[in-house]
Amino acid sequence: MTTSEALEHHGALSYLEERGRYGGILGWIFSTDHKRIGILYLVSTLFFFFVGMSLGFLMRLQMLSPHGELFKNADYYNALFTLHGVVMVFLFIIPAIPGSLGNFFMPIMIGAKDVAFPRLNLLSWWLYVMGAVIALASLFGSGLPDTGWTFYAPYSLRTHADVPMAVFGVFVLGFSSILTGINFITTMHRMRAPGMGWFKMPLFPWALYATSWVQVLATPVLGITMLLIFVERIFHVGIFNPAMGGDPLLYQHLFWMYSHPAVYIMILPAMGLISEMIPTFAHRTIFGYGAIVWSSMGIALLGSLVWAHHMFTSGLSDAAATVFSLLTFLVAVPSAIKVFNWTATLYKGSIALEPPMLYALSFIFLFSVGGLTGLILGALALNVMLHDTYFVVAHFHYVIFGGAAFAFFGALHYWLPKMFGRMYNRSAAYIGWALLFTGFNLLYFTMFVLGVMGMPRRYAFYLPRFQTSHVIATVGSWIMIAGILVVFTNLIVSVFKGEKAGENPWGGVTLEWQIPSPPPTENFLEPPTIPEKAYDFEGAFAS
Amino acid sequence: MNPASTTLTESVSHVFIYIVALSALFLVGITATMIYFVVRYSRSRNPRPKDIHGNVALEATWTIIPTLLFLSMFYFGWTRWERMREVPRDAMQVEVTGRQWSWSFKYPNGKVSSELRLPIDTPVRCDLRSLDVIHGFFIPAFGVKEDVVPGKHNFAWFDPTELGTYDLLCSSYCGQGHPLMMARVVIMPGDKFKEWYSTREAASGPAHGELLYKTKGCIGCHSITGIRIVGPTWKGLYGSEVTVSTNGQTRTVKADDDYLKRSILDPNADIVQGFPPSVMPVQKDLTAQDVSDVIAYIKTLK
Repeated sequence: MTTSEALEHHGALSYLEERGRYGGILGWIFSTDHKRIGILYLVSTLFFFFVGMSLGFLMRLQMLSPHGELFKNADYYNALFTLHGVVMVFLFIIPAIPGSLGNFFMPIMIGAKDVAFPRLNLLSWWLYVMGAVIALASLFGSGLPDTGWTFYAPYSLRTHADVPMAVFGVFVLGFSSILTGINFITTMHRMRAPGMGWFKMPLFPWALYATSWVQVLATPVLGITMLLIFVERIFHVGIFNPAMGGDPLLYQHLFWMYSHPAVYIMILPAMGLISEMIPTFAHRTIFGYGAIVWSSMGIALLGSLVWAHHMFTSGLSDAAATVFSLLTFLVAVPSAIKVFNWTATLYKGSIALEPPMLYALSFIFLFSVGGLTGLILGALALNVMLHDTYFVVAHFHYVIFGGAAFAFFGALHYWLPKMFGRMYNRSAAYIGWALLFTGFNLLYFTMFVLGVMGMPRRYAFYLPRFQTSHVIATVGSWIMIAGILVVFTNLIVSVFKGEKAGENPWGGVTLEWQIPSPPPTENFLEPPTIPEKAYDFEGAFAS
Repeated sequence: MNPASTTLTESVSHVFIYIVALSALFLVGITATMIYFVVRYSRSRNPRPKDIHGNVALEATWTIIPTLLFLSMFYFGWTRWERMREVPRDAMQVEVTGRQWSWSFKYPNGKVSSELRLPIDTPVRCDLRSLDVIHGFFIPAFGVKEDVVPGKHNFAWFDPTELGTYDLLCSSYCGQGHPLMMARVVIMPGDKFKEWYSTREAASGPAHGELLYKTKGCIGCHSITGIRIVGPTWKGLYGSEVTVSTNGQTRTVKADDDYLKRSILDPNADIVQGFPPSVMPVQKDLTAQDVSDVIAYIKTLK
């Protein structure tokens, strides 16, 4: 039975066609359907990805020459890296995967009709939009933003930029994140279909479960910190400013107490996506299901206890530095376990190297580079040398771009046929991937070299001896952006003009592949059959 | 890795090589295995997959071995770092002051310099002080870095083993002048250093003004070459006509002694057109003599 026949047979419309209370755009921005909200997040986070990418493009242009190719005034470059960081971190990578794919697929994968609190879900998206507007409105305040995305005190307390407005925006964004976390946790506790036990849940919902706890427990710390900056700027209470009896290191502790776990908010859902794609394209069950579940929880727990490794050179006590370095090495263990299990999942599989699989395998490589260079940074003696250099910038981009964003792009290729019922052009997908992967490595691997050479980050101008590497990195950024443009042109065109994809183009066994593409408003036309085990390929193909 | 120009960098580079080598081994191993599996078990070669749910012995192996390796990395990183934290008793002490946007160095005999001049093979302890925001004391060639945090007494030490001139950079973002906040580190033969160390700078006049210019932060914003950094250049400033805004009124004044004195002691009284107010800090630690020496120095910048 084809999709349209199935829908007709049940008299059901897909979520794209179903007209709710409102029509047109209102039917989207006031919809409480988790799938429509997922698409809202997808469009808005990708919009900000392109904003952030354009800012990054300009930063790389500036780095073409030691005296600054674009601007002779550092103010503009300082605004660029501040905005690039704020946009990419708070408006793209933190909300992107949970907000779009999490919202769309998690309820389906556990056999639910929707999330536990659909209206709260819509409110979360609205808070996200309002937070974004407030944060961007700070641009038009008293001066260009120039604090970096970290808002370090006491600089952020003295600058002319409209810091109170920006931190208020981040505060509102934090609430969006907390509410999504609460919603997802409740959904997984209360809304699983009959027969869907905890350990039958696919690994993407499990990864979101771990992520949600971090969002709920860590984000309030960010909220408080931003509020304290606000209070200090407006009411001149000495909290972080030493000139008024405050402590600048207190700020760094509070900031990283959220912002380090936030790195795991970015990467854990991505790891969940990898755990979905690899079994599907290897046509076999995941190796070490339990190990992957528990390593997610382990990362969520240990990842919340390593924040001060951002502060080894700040004048932290030697004892604290030692403990935080030790914990940093321990958090690498669960990540390594995942990498081993994913690789083992390829063993005796029947592997189709479709575009999503190519992204999943690149994830393993790029994330490993990011993780291993994290070991270099975690070693105390080496951290002293490399902290605040391009090495850190490269490490972060390997983990978050090479990791989280590659998994996200891969999953878009994986699930686009399900979300829109249409398939993209495969050749264009391969070409886009090849450009993206090549450009990425040229851009960011060169930054490792720059870091070891001693190039500090956040420099609008630099010493001439760094120029060759900077030029190579900038050329890499052009190749990478060309790849991104190919990838997204292909995906966007396919949403409207792609060939019909069918219900299960990849032969997946999780519940989303049992329903029509695009899914009907209520997700399941009849109660879903829950397989004996998660990723039971032998069972699925035997029947 | 940077050349071993201090006793510390050499031992640190051993840790670097250890971790990089193990990491490379891991990366090559995982990537090769991945590629082998993708080729060996491709759908055309292996149409019938096999569901293998796991293997406890394997899970245990790839949990325990990496844990032990990671702990060894921690250990080497930690012990080398402990050495970096233990300052030799005989180390020479230099007080390093960072401010937006310049460095200055004060020696035990009271000598103040805008360059960090040091004798070779003598351990030195740098006591780091900030007058405003957080800066980063970073000498890439020596592998030395420590944040300069206002209100905190941080330090860094090293033992230079090679003659030469190196860069001191600011590693912690501190605003507009951050990338230009540099100083030279000059490692000199012992006798040459002693000679320099015992020379007393002029205590008044334009030469003293120049020293103040370089060590009190003026250099971070005011060029003497005519280019614009953050504030107006000092080249050709004395005696020129300057358009300023005073209490919101635009007027033109002559840059004479009175004008310059007011601009140094009360920077927000007259704001030069095209420049934002409240950027320049009030100069609290300049004496009347210092101010007139700075003005005397500005007079020489034709």
